[in-house]
Amino acid sequence: MTLSVDIRHSLGDFALEARFESAGRLTALFGPSGSGKSTLINLIAGLLRPNKGRIAVDGRVLVDTEARIFVPMHKRRIGMVFQDARLFPHMSVAGNLRYGRWFTPASERYAKMDAVVDLLGIGHLLDRRPAKLSGGERQRVAIGRALLASPKLLLMDEPLASLDEARKAEILPYIERLRDETKIPIVYVSHSVAEVARLASDVVVLSQGKVAASGPTEAIMQRLDLLPAEERGEGGAVLDTKVLRHDQAFGMTVLGSQAGEIRVPRLARPVGATVRLRIRARDVMIATEQPTGLSALNILAGTITAVRPGIGPTVEIAIDCNGAIVLARITEQSKHTLRLALGRQVFAVIKTVSFDSATTGAGLPVEADG
Amino acid sequence: MNWLLDLTPDEWNAVRLSIKVATVAMIASLPPGILLALLLARGRFWGKTLLNGLVHLPLILPPVVTGYLLLLTFGRRGPAGAFLAEHFGIVFSFRWTGAALACGVMGFPLMVRAIRLSIEAVDRRIEAAAGTLGANPLWVFATITLPLILPGLIAGAILSFAKAMGEFGATITFVSNIPNETQTLPSAIYTFTQVPGGDAGALRLTLISIIISMVALIASEVLARRVGRRMDIE
Repeated sequence: MTLSVDIRHSLGDFALEARFESAGRLTALFGPSGSGKSTLINLIAGLLRPNKGRIAVDGRVLVDTEARIFVPMHKRRIGMVFQDARLFPHMSVAGNLRYGRWFTPASERYAKMDAVVDLLGIGHLLDRRPAKLSGGERQRVAIGRALLASPKLLLMDEPLASLDEARKAEILPYIERLRDETKIPIVYVSHSVAEVARLASDVVVLSQGKVAASGPTEAIMQRLDLLPAEERGEGGAVLDTKVLRHDQAFGMTVLGSQAGEIRVPRLARPVGATVRLRIRARDVMIATEQPTGLSALNILAGTITAVRPGIGPTVEIAIDCNGAIVLARITEQSKHTLRLALGRQVFAVIKTVSFDSATTGAGLPVEADG
Repeated sequence: MNWLLDLTPDEWNAVRLSIKVATVAMIASLPPGILLALLLARGRFWGKTLLNGLVHLPLILPPVVTGYLLLLTFGRRGPAGAFLAEHFGIVFSFRWTGAALACGVMGFPLMVRAIRLSIEAVDRRIEAAAGTLGANPLWVFATITLPLILPGLIAGAILSFAKAMGEFGATITFVSNIPNETQTLPSAIYTFTQVPGGDAGALRLTLISIIISMVALIASEVLARRVGRRMDIE
């Protein structure tokens, strides 16, 4: 799938001018509130008509103001999951799920009711009314409803933003399964580094109505300067890891990555499962010699490949650990004292307890299980 | 109870006619009522205020004036009346159909108002969600909007029915007071009060009129509650 967008749109004082292409499995539109990401997704869905520009999915032109093309939303075959689930209150959950099938030509129906119900774990809810569901259940039903219309592209507009942390943790694994087990490409709007780092294959960063950057998630997440101020502390390296073994005695899980073994609090995932691990730059210390007598369990050897000024009295240091980049945010003073510079051999030090469910993305750590 | 049900054939006819006239007025008003309510709730066009005023006119004009205007337009020599009689064979003047027209027109503002309010209360974002699922605007209206405004629709229909049951001024001006043809309950009661010894008949019809209105009101309450319970808003 390739999504190509080149549009200009103004709403009152706000002007959106976006141009990008993405071919990712899950493309995140990322930016602070007011950056224009929701406007952009509404333009793709056809809920808004751009003043000017062109939007195409896989070569199929949805909007082209110059050629006077505007495909109405009900003909786009683009699924949408809204922040507020927007279920139909006068229908049961099953009625909501079946709604889109009516309007899908039989030859293009690829989504199967049983498979979607299984995927989202909503089998026990089918007879209920939307008013009787919890926020998390509603959102899962809304995802199922969009999927069962067999869309060519699925848009998700901050689907977790109105949920509390526990509900988010409940839904995230389902979105991961959706990404990994179905073939449908997803565009996901979010302002949360945790969600984007965990879910996205590609990121388009929006800032004040303009595309600030776009590229693979690993690269974008290291550009702390691109992150909104209140989310900057969440930025850092994103590593794809595998569960090597669980350490029953100490309640830990050992993850294997390109950078080396990383110990995190016990995860409820089987051995061999892949875990996308985010290492916050602010959680990484730098040592110039192999540290001893230190409580931190994760010590990764590497070479400094970049030194960038950070916000305030900080610098951001990229360390190449066997091909994987780990990012550290330290003070200007430490850099000066340790004489850190490009090419220097150093050790990145990360406390095991600095990992939590938001960064290991494998559900809540299982606590005190024996 | 016996004296209550001991109606003369003319009185029974008035009761039957009234129910027929009110039912036809209500049902015939529904489609244009929904259309106008939609237009007023959602439309953005020049002259909307004027249209709104026109719809409400029967509410503020003296009923006799409305009746006379109907006579001028839908009477045998009126432009609309002559056209309809010639091309469709529909005659209003001095027929029960004319009574239904008068009652429908008088109840129209109440019906449009109730439906309009319920349309304005519909969350348009839910309709947009249906659109993204592939439903074209007509399907969205039929499967989402219409079921969601059902309580308002019922309320509007009952208001129109109740207004038709009680309508007097416009009806008697437009189609007069002909037993078995245009003499509805209020006209019949009025006739009784104009003749000596008509008190008993007037009282009987008054009680029947109260019973019909109460039954209609209770039925609408029950119906609206059942619909409302079916779809507690999130």
